[in-house]
Amino acid sequence: MIWRVLAGFMLVLILAFVGFYAWSIRPEIPALAETPAPSSFSPDQIKRGAQLASLGDCTTCHTTRNGRPYAGGLPVPTPFGTLYASNITPDRETGIGAWPEDAFRRALREGVGRKGTHYYPAFPYDHFTFGSDDDIAAIYAFLMTREPVRQLNRTPDLIFPLDSRLFAAGWQLLFLHKGPYEADASKDPDWNRGAYLADSVGHCGACHTPRNFLGAEERGDRFGGGTGENWTGPALNQSSPAPVPWTADQLYAYLRHGFADQHGTAAGPMQPVVSNMQKLPDEDVRALAAYFASLEGPQEAAARERQAKDAVEFAQQREVKVAGGPATNATIGSGGNSDDANSDGAAIFAGACATCHHDGRALPASRPTPIGLSSVVNEPTPTNFVQIVLNGIHPQPGMRGPLMPGFAGALTNQQIAAVASYVRGQFSKQPAWQNVDKAVSSATRQQASAESAQ
Amino acid sequence: MISLNVNGRQHQVDVDPRTPLLYVLRNVLKLNAAKFGCGLGQCGACTVLVGTSPIFSCLTPVSVVAGRPVRTVEGLGTADSPGPVQKAFIEEQSAQCGYCIPGMIMRTQALLERNPSPTETQIRAALEPNLCRCGTHMRILRAARRAAKSMTAGAQQQRRPT
Repeated sequence: MIWRVLAGFMLVLILAFVGFYAWSIRPEIPALAETPAPSSFSPDQIKRGAQLASLGDCTTCHTTRNGRPYAGGLPVPTPFGTLYASNITPDRETGIGAWPEDAFRRALREGVGRKGTHYYPAFPYDHFTFGSDDDIAAIYAFLMTREPVRQLNRTPDLIFPLDSRLFAAGWQLLFLHKGPYEADASKDPDWNRGAYLADSVGHCGACHTPRNFLGAEERGDRFGGGTGENWTGPALNQSSPAPVPWTADQLYAYLRHGFADQHGTAAGPMQPVVSNMQKLPDEDVRALAAYFASLEGPQEAAARERQAKDAVEFAQQREVKVAGGPATNATIGSGGNSDDANSDGAAIFAGACATCHHDGRALPASRPTPIGLSSVVNEPTPTNFVQIVLNGIHPQPGMRGPLMPGFAGALTNQQIAAVASYVRGQFSKQPAWQNVDKAVSSATRQQASAESAQ
Repeated sequence: MISLNVNGRQHQVDVDPRTPLLYVLRNVLKLNAAKFGCGLGQCGACTVLVGTSPIFSCLTPVSVVAGRPVRTVEGLGTADSPGPVQKAFIEEQSAQCGYCIPGMIMRTQALLERNPSPTETQIRAALEPNLCRCGTHMRILRAARRAAKSMTAGAQQQRRPT
């Protein structure tokens, strides 16, 4: 009897696997006999494609530092191993030059390459699947009119058994919810435009939505805060760490110029996002701002104003006071070299940070936003704070913006942890950060391995 | 009293712990190679080494480097017997006004200790934080390449059996 049950069970398993395997086989889409001539696309379509490609940050992953544009090769570290972005120039052999538009559309919508290969979800097709036919066609037109570059793709280095593409197929079966985007009839067209751009080509959730243990976005907690490239993407919904609730105007300033006076400057992986978006027309940036402003903070206007006022008052009151000159003993810090980590932190802050981060005289380039208004010091983890202290903030090439030097090498792990704990206590009403030491040592380890890889 | 190790020598200095390392080097220890440029960590004229890392000494409170080895241009050689990086900068006549050069030398030194044969891209990336307003960048880059070459050649010569 038991053998029969077991045999039956095995049979079901085998059938399920065969079924899944059969499902996972996707047909090859025949190669184009000739790459479409650039003149076969309209200038308007190419221009719109350029705007969408900039919103989609195609160049950020598909171009290496100092590499040829869109030729791929950038290593993308994931918890499961390293993937390498592919060549998306119209080179016939190593790029997508032989791809008809329907193959390109299938890749974006379903995560399947022209020859039927399943893509790993580091390529955010779970968002691109919401792209409209017109928009995908425009991005295709833009890419097919770039300069073809011959550069072979690299195979991913993934941990066993994820190195089998069947796992990518299985991931798609479980987690890929295909488009098209459905508009919310209760909202105005501007809001819907923003929601569409953010969820489809913009793939904002890739960094700002938490992921489950298999790397799929948690659909129940959209924009609840995620991670990417060793930074955290702060929550953009009700749990946003921003002390002053984001308004559409502040979001517009931040997305358009990389700086909002009640929040601070774009940093980390958000910098290339802002700099790429320079190509996007104003109305699209306004639509994105309107959409995100509606998700964030208290919904009632009076409550929002109250929260904003309290936050500004608190931040100004906590700012380090310097009366028209350099830091003096009487104004900041306690001395240093003590056993108490917090007073050590205060002394290091006074010597290293307060030169710029104070409420006194103007600086030549810019005045930093009061630290208390920054999301970074109000986030649940010190991840982004530590990244900024280590690496500083440097404007993107061609962009204006404040420059903060990094303190890697100058401050030890222990000293950075002391500053982090002091800053959290001094400038935020949130509870103290836990495991600051661990956050610092893991960030310095990542930095060292990134440097040795160069 | 703060105990400092600069260019291999121990010093006891009696200063406020928040004093920038640069002020202590210049005003107390009279080591005047590192320069005050912007005071904001934006120009690199004050660059010195702590351990093997180049840092902005204008923004580093002296207390945080207590117990860690600090190196300045004075530690690389003397006027009579300059170190290989100093020598390369002299031979390429990299200095015009010279204000940025100590920082450039220290950053080059740090790069070559970490990576004895850097590519052009790596040299440019390493020196990027330092500004030169005279515009002698091409000479500074040539000096960095020359220093790399002479140091690698020197190392090979040392390894050769006599």
